[in-house]
Amino acid sequence: MISIRWHGRGGQGCFTAARLLGAAAVNAGRYALAFPSFGPERRGAPVLGFTRIDDAPITDRSEVSECDGVVVLDDTLLNDRAVVGLRPGGWFVANTRLSTVPFLPEGVRFTALDAWELARQILGKPIVNTAMLGALIAASNVVPVSDAAKAIEEDPGVKQAEKNKALFLKAWHQVTG
Amino acid sequence: MNGGSVPSRRRFLSGNDAVAEGVRLARPHVIAAYPITPQTTVVERLADMVSDGRLSTEYMYVESEHSALSALIGASAVGARTFTASSSQGLLYMAECLHYASGGRFPIVMMNANRSVALPWNILGDQRDSLSLLDSGWIQSYALDAQEALDLTLQAFAVAEHPEVLTPVMVNLDGFVLTHTYEAVDVPPTELADEFLPPFVTANRMDLDRPKSLGFVAGAADNTEFKYLQHVGVLNAAGVIADAEAKFNRIFGRKGGGLAEAYLCDDAEYILITLGSVAGTVRSVVDDLRAAGRRVGLLRLRYLRPFPGKEIAASIGRAKAVGVLEKDISFGHEGAVYTNVLSALARGGNAPPSLNFVAGLGGRDISRADIKGMFDILSDEESPRRFDSPVRFIGLRGAKAGLA
Repeated sequence: MISIRWHGRGGQGCFTAARLLGAAAVNAGRYALAFPSFGPERRGAPVLGFTRIDDAPITDRSEVSECDGVVVLDDTLLNDRAVVGLRPGGWFVANTRLSTVPFLPEGVRFTALDAWELARQILGKPIVNTAMLGALIAASNVVPVSDAAKAIEEDPGVKQAEKNKALFLKAWHQVTG
Repeated sequence: MNGGSVPSRRRFLSGNDAVAEGVRLARPHVIAAYPITPQTTVVERLADMVSDGRLSTEYMYVESEHSALSALIGASAVGARTFTASSSQGLLYMAECLHYASGGRFPIVMMNANRSVALPWNILGDQRDSLSLLDSGWIQSYALDAQEALDLTLQAFAVAEHPEVLTPVMVNLDGFVLTHTYEAVDVPPTELADEFLPPFVTANRMDLDRPKSLGFVAGAADNTEFKYLQHVGVLNAAGVIADAEAKFNRIFGRKGGGLAEAYLCDDAEYILITLGSVAGTVRSVVDDLRAAGRRVGLLRLRYLRPFPGKEIAASIGRAKAVGVLEKDISFGHEGAVYTNVLSALARGGNAPPSLNFVAGLGGRDISRADIKGMFDILSDEESPRRFDSPVRFIGLRGAKAGLA
């Protein structure tokens, strides 16, 4: 089972990204759970999202304590708390212009994307969740890129689906290189 | 696969979304509900469906949960199919009307998002809300996952409205863990849902051609008979649930689990009995322990009323010890589910030593390590005193932990 943890602030679409990744895995014929950090939501406060993906039905409903990937949507959340529980060999994907971070655990692969800039260009506003989904998939290959694009098209909660798909693909291309 | 030509649609939905889809497929005449976390998105989705025309229903805005259920009692009394949803304090505010609905034999269906009850104030999941209402005369089911939430919701109407049952049904989903978690759900087409669930027809309604008294007084001379008939109605639900699940399987190709579902219990020495979504986590631990050669099993209670007493007695087999894991405590005694299970074991004439694991209160995580720990305590044959205090608060902090 693969577990991905998403870090963002309320209103940035952090959980939507977690849900899109889960839907992408289901599109690919796999099993997935996606859930937010439980409890009240406040705009601007730090929030978490989680995605579990497996080839078999997932029955474990306990909290995610260790994960294979962490995605940080907001660079003000880029600190050592973001890497707690991240397994060696995992992916750390951040919305930043930095080329590395001082708290990166040994054996963790770092991927950076200046998603603010891409989102401003394509959406005209700083909403980076689909861009960071593209960056994660480019870094990790956890789901096929086409299945994630389909998830963006079909999710009723995604506004400006066509533009978000374009942003997602642009981010994916940029990280893939 | 389903039996019709129209395929089901596989969608990525939350537990609350899945309930709303189940309600849409049941085509209720009247919905009345008051929003409360973590139930809110159920009534939001239903309002969306009414607004965009996917669901044709009388959607009533009410000022409280008490009014919501009162309104549905009135609607059901003219023969309408009815739905509401609530949680925690909202469910407790309905408590008076719960008895009115069951006593009046009004087959209302309710979704309850299991949530802690105040004080201390807490919006996260445990089962103390619905378990405190086991005696309200409602049938109670507990979903394992979002698919089962949809299936139980659709089936609830068939069970509640059956003339041999005529009893309201409460479908319970663990707050947040189920209500707010997304997963793949097969949403059946309306054509097949219509085949499964025919329109509601009842003699228990106001009818100008056949006038009768509803919501009446019954004094000492008749009251026992009415209460006996209510008891029989809930007992009858056991057979009606089995029939409904068989029909559901014929039409949709998904089997139900009956009142209780045993997993690897046949040769199990140690069995955990539980309900709701945590059964999934227990199952994953059972798989791991089985792989390590330990004979452990899981018995999941899908319904608490009617109570699966016979199923429990039949599933325990040669178990050396059993544990009951629940998100509940009846202060000064033990968890309500444990009390019910002990009664079933005693009547079955096979009551092995047992423990009551109280966990998940106020939304605290029940980890795989916690569950493995429960099996370890049950199977620690070096410790003959392990059953001395049956109620164990899992993960209790502080100096008084010795009480647990």
